Amino acid sequence: MESLWLSVKLAAWVAGILLVFGIPLAYWLAFSRWRWKFFVEAAVAVPLVLPPTVLGFYMLVAMGPQGPLGSAWSKLFGRGLAFTFQGLIIASVLYSLPFAVQPLVVAFEGVDRKLLAASAVLGAGEWSTFRRVILPLSLRGVATSAILSFAHTLGEFGVVLMVGGNLAGITRTVSIEIYDRVQSLDYTQANRLALLLLALSFAVLSFVYGMNRRVRRRVWIPWASR
Amino acid sequence: MDSVGLPVTPESLTAEVRLERSSDGVSPFLLDVAIEIPPGFTMLFGPSGAGKSTLLDCVAGLLKPSGGRIAIGSRVVFDSARSVNLPPQARRIGYVFQSLALFPHLSVQENVAYGLLGLDPAERRTRTKRILAAFQLEKLRTQKPGELSGGEKQRAALARSLVTQPRALLLDEPLTGLDAALKSAILDDLRAWNAEARIPILCVTHSRDEVDALGERVIALDRGRVAGEGTPADVLDAPRKRRLAQVAGFENLLDGTVLDLRETDGVMRVALGEAAAELEVPLGYAAPGDRVRIAIRAGDILLAAEKPGRLSARNLLRGRIAQLQDRGALCIARVDCGAEFQVHLTRGAARELELAQGTPIWLIVKTHSCHVVRD
Repeated sequence: MESLWLSVKLAAWVAGILLVFGIPLAYWLAFSRWRWKFFVEAAVAVPLVLPPTVLGFYMLVAMGPQGPLGSAWSKLFGRGLAFTFQGLIIASVLYSLPFAVQPLVVAFEGVDRKLLAASAVLGAGEWSTFRRVILPLSLRGVATSAILSFAHTLGEFGVVLMVGGNLAGITRTVSIEIYDRVQSLDYTQANRLALLLLALSFAVLSFVYGMNRRVRRRVWIPWASR
Repeated sequence: MDSVGLPVTPESLTAEVRLERSSDGVSPFLLDVAIEIPPGFTMLFGPSGAGKSTLLDCVAGLLKPSGGRIAIGSRVVFDSARSVNLPPQARRIGYVFQSLALFPHLSVQENVAYGLLGLDPAERRTRTKRILAAFQLEKLRTQKPGELSGGEKQRAALARSLVTQPRALLLDEPLTGLDAALKSAILDDLRAWNAEARIPILCVTHSRDEVDALGERVIALDRGRVAGEGTPADVLDAPRKRRLAQVAGFENLLDGTVLDLRETDGVMRVALGEAAAELEVPLGYAAPGDRVRIAIRAGDILLAAEKPGRLSARNLLRGRIAQLQDRGALCIARVDCGAEFQVHLTRGAARELELAQGTPIWLIVKTHSCHVVRD
């Protein structure tokens, strides 16, 4: 159960951090007219297609004592980053970035541009318009973003294994523990944890889809009638 | 915001706007106009694609013209020569969009107070309260836009713009889709409000009826150019220019020669085309033998299956249906009376008259449905 708690803690941190950094990034992606914007869009989406081991490998190298992240971290805090919970958070933030940013971009882009024009004509500046119009109209997107990055972090395995290793109470998340149990042929425990993760993931995704379900227009469709 | 609450002396909105076409076109300019809007209502009339909304976007600051100057009184908001280009936030020009763009997550009251964020709360409440009353929105103030009817939404959008005390107001067909009674009720409220503020109001429309109903002054826009300005009667009812006649919805433009003037009756007779048909039209500045062009709306012409007797209309022409087109609710008949006329009638009427190609028919045109046009 310690591993489950660790996973939840990790996922909550990652979701929170991604909300803070994801909102400005998504805003920029939604409204910037910079011609090279697509490079940034591609970079944000890379973790979607990259094997977690590749991302994890580079993160591990960067977090090592000689790596840029690792050396900067030890200068700041006087200790290493690899195989720590903090290192795990940083790697997971990168790994879940597209899951946090995509729903936000979609939500921001979905706000009627006429509303933004109306806000400007009424005297509101960019920040004021964001706070008073764009953000309140994107709350579902914000919630979806947070929940998806939470869920995605909860289920990650490869990156955690590469960057965090398998230290009980520090980096041994529930997915790692399942793998451990299977290795030691403890199928009962593995099954218990796996089932828990499955149920949790399904519940979270049901919530997201339920929240984002479109209100269907009341049109009579013959094959949908009862 | 400056000088809020002080009485504003009436000032005109002047706009000289040139907008270059982004792609290659026939003309280098998409929009090339110079207009002056005095305090009060001015209608901006023209067919869709004439550049009406584009012009409004330029004036409001949502679109940057390639050149020109826009000012309210002496306050310049855009001047390409001096590189002045105030953002929409600083222009103090109200703009009500066709879609109204009410904020769906805010109540009527919050929508209306949206532009008043810079004021102190007491002033904000007073002003909001006053305008809600003026536009009969008090009972609806806690409702969201989604719960309002069309007319209520339009009132809310107008109130939201006017409460910020703009120096000019732009209306982009905000009243389309309302019935005439509701429309005039809303406009009465707007007029009453503006009796005090005396700001220039530029109201876009592509409907003739709206121009007739509201227009004190009208500017006709066509293909990005001003095609005429003045009173609705001057600009649209007695179009001086052929192009404008088409803009104003005169489907029939017929060339003719003046036969004689009957000054005591205030009319003249005009022979159409190869003198195959004659029309009695209102007296114009013309002499017998002059070439003139007569504009008649297709909806102003009556058809009769048999020759009617004792009729007030002075023009009775005999002809045949040359072509009949069914356009849904509307039937378009082309009638050959020596000259060809286009006539609009309802489907029911076409059925009852048993119209078909070749049917002999009588055409009835009132003298004052004929307008003399000059090129």
